[in-house]
Amino acid sequence: MRDVAIVGVSMIKFGRYPEKAVQELGAQAALLALKDAGVTMNDIELMASGNLYQASAMIGQRILKEIGQTGIPVINVSNACATGSTAFREAYVAVASGQYDAALAVGSEQMGKMGLLGGGGGGGISPEGIVGSGLMPAVFGQAGVEHMRKYGTTQEHFAKIAVKNHKHSMANPYAQYQIETSLEDVMNARVVAWPNTLYMCCPTGDGAAAAVLMSMEKAKQYTTKPIKVAASVLTSDPWTERDLTLPDVSTLTRNASKQAYEEAGLGADDLNVVELHDCFATAELLHYENLGLCADGEAGRMIDEGETSIGGRIPVAPSGGLLSKGHPLGATGVANICEVVWHLRGQAGARQVEGAKVGLAHVIGLGSACTINVLQA
Amino acid sequence: MAEAESATAESKQLPILPFLRLGEKDGEDSYLFGSRCKSCGATYLGDRMACSKCCSTDPMDDVRLSDRGELHVFSIVHQSAPGVPTPYVAAIVDLPEGVSVRCNIEGVEPDPKNLEFGMPVEMYTEKVHTDDDGNEIIAFKFRPVNNN
Ligand SMILES: [Zn+2]
Repeated sequence: MRDVAIVGVSMIKFGRYPEKAVQELGAQAALLALKDAGVTMNDIELMASGNLYQASAMIGQRILKEIGQTGIPVINVSNACATGSTAFREAYVAVASGQYDAALAVGSEQMGKMGLLGGGGGGGISPEGIVGSGLMPAVFGQAGVEHMRKYGTTQEHFAKIAVKNHKHSMANPYAQYQIETSLEDVMNARVVAWPNTLYMCCPTGDGAAAAVLMSMEKAKQYTTKPIKVAASVLTSDPWTERDLTLPDVSTLTRNASKQAYEEAGLGADDLNVVELHDCFATAELLHYENLGLCADGEAGRMIDEGETSIGGRIPVAPSGGLLSKGHPLGATGVANICEVVWHLRGQAGARQVEGAKVGLAHVIGLGSACTINVLQA
Repeated sequence: MAEAESATAESKQLPILPFLRLGEKDGEDSYLFGSRCKSCGATYLGDRMACSKCCSTDPMDDVRLSDRGELHVFSIVHQSAPGVPTPYVAAIVDLPEGVSVRCNIEGVEPDPKNLEFGMPVEMYTEKVHTDDDGNEIIAFKFRPVNNN
C-alpha cells in the first residue's frame, strides 16, 4: 500500500434543506471539495458515495449527473452512521492500492424530520417499548449507565460533555445549532432517555461533505500542504458478552484504535485534535477511554478538568460535535474528516486548535461498524 | 391494552418474540429459551444456525432459561417512537445461564432511584395485544423480586 493524501475537503452547513434533492446537497459539497483541491471532475478516477436513507437510489451516480458524468467507477456505500467514513475509506483503499491516483468521497443525507426514532414495526405489533428498547436513545442511555455502574460516573459528567460541545459550536458556522448551554440548562432539559436529556442528544438533519484523495506523489503536484492519511481502519463488532442484546460500542472502537495507532506508527499521546462519534453525550465519554485518550475509569475526571476543551490537553469535538453540528447520517463521517483537515491546515478559524499536527476522526455505526482515520499534516 | 378476549379454537396465543416459549396446556409455564454452543459454551436467545463467538456450526443444545435474573443496566425512556407509551424502564437483564435479555422492568415507578444494579428480577408474561385474526400476543416482562 502506498501513501495517500487528502488534497481537498468541504462540507455544507448542516441543517434542513427540504427544497433540495439529496444529490444536490452532495453535488454542492463535491464541487467545493474539488475547488479546494484545485481539480475538476475530469481529474477524478473513482468516486465513493455514502448515503443511508436512500441507499438503493444510486446517489453517487445522481451526484455525477449534477457535476460531471465522466463514466468513472462509482461505489455506493451504506454502513449505518459510519456510512460516510466507510465511503471515504473505499476511496482511500482505491488510491492506496495503486489502482487509482485520484478519488472523490462524498457523504450526503436528507433525513427530514424522521430522525433516529424511525417508525414502529412492520405488520403486527412491534416489541419496541414492550420488550425493552432497541432504539438509539435507550441503547446509548444504557451504555452510559454501564459506565456509571463500573466507575461511579454521574449524569453531571455526561452533561458537561454537552456543555463543552455546545460551547465549541459557537465558533463553527457549519454547525446546525450554535446555542451555548449552561450545566443547569443541560441537566434541567427534558429527559429523552435517562441519563441523556434533550441537549445531550444530537439533532437530526440534512447535509453533505466531500473529500478529494490522491496518491502522495500526485498530491504534491497540487498542494504544498497535503494531509497524509496515516491510518484508515474499519472494524465490525466482534463477539462480546452482551453485544447481541446491548450493542457494544466500545470493543470495536478499541480494536479500531489499536489497529489505527499501529498502522500510523503513532499513539494517542501524539494526537492534537479529535472528532469522535458523540451521537449522545454518554457516547463521547466512553470513547475517551476507547480511543486511549485516558486510562479506563478516567473519562469523568477528564471532562471535569477540561482536558477535552479547546485549549485543553487534547481537544475533542472542536466543531461542536454531532451534538451541535448535527448528524446527517451519511455525511457525518466525511464531515468529521473535513473538520480535522481544517485544523491540521490551520484553517479552522476561531475554533482552531493551535499547532495541530496529528488528528483523529472516529465514527460508529450501530449494528455495528467503526471507522478511525488518523490524519497527519 | 386491547380488550380482554379469550383465545378461541381458531385464534391462539402467539409469543411477541420467537425465544419466548408459551406453555402449551393450561398450567404449563411459559419461559424463555436459548441455545448453547457445544464447542465454546456461548449461550444465545432462541435458535441459532451457528455460533458467532467460535464459528462452530454443530447443532446447539436447547436451554431453558431461568425466570430470575439480575438487572445489569437500564435507561428511563421518556421519548420514543409514535404510539409507544412513556416513560418506562428499558433494561438489560443478565440470566444465570450466561445470556442477557432486553426487556421492560415493570412494577416500579420509572425513576433511577428505584433501580439498583444487580437487583433480582423475575419474568412474567402478559397479553399485550390482539391481532386482526383474534390471536393473543403474549409478551414477557420483568419485575423486581419481592424479597421474603
Ligand atoms: Zn461457540
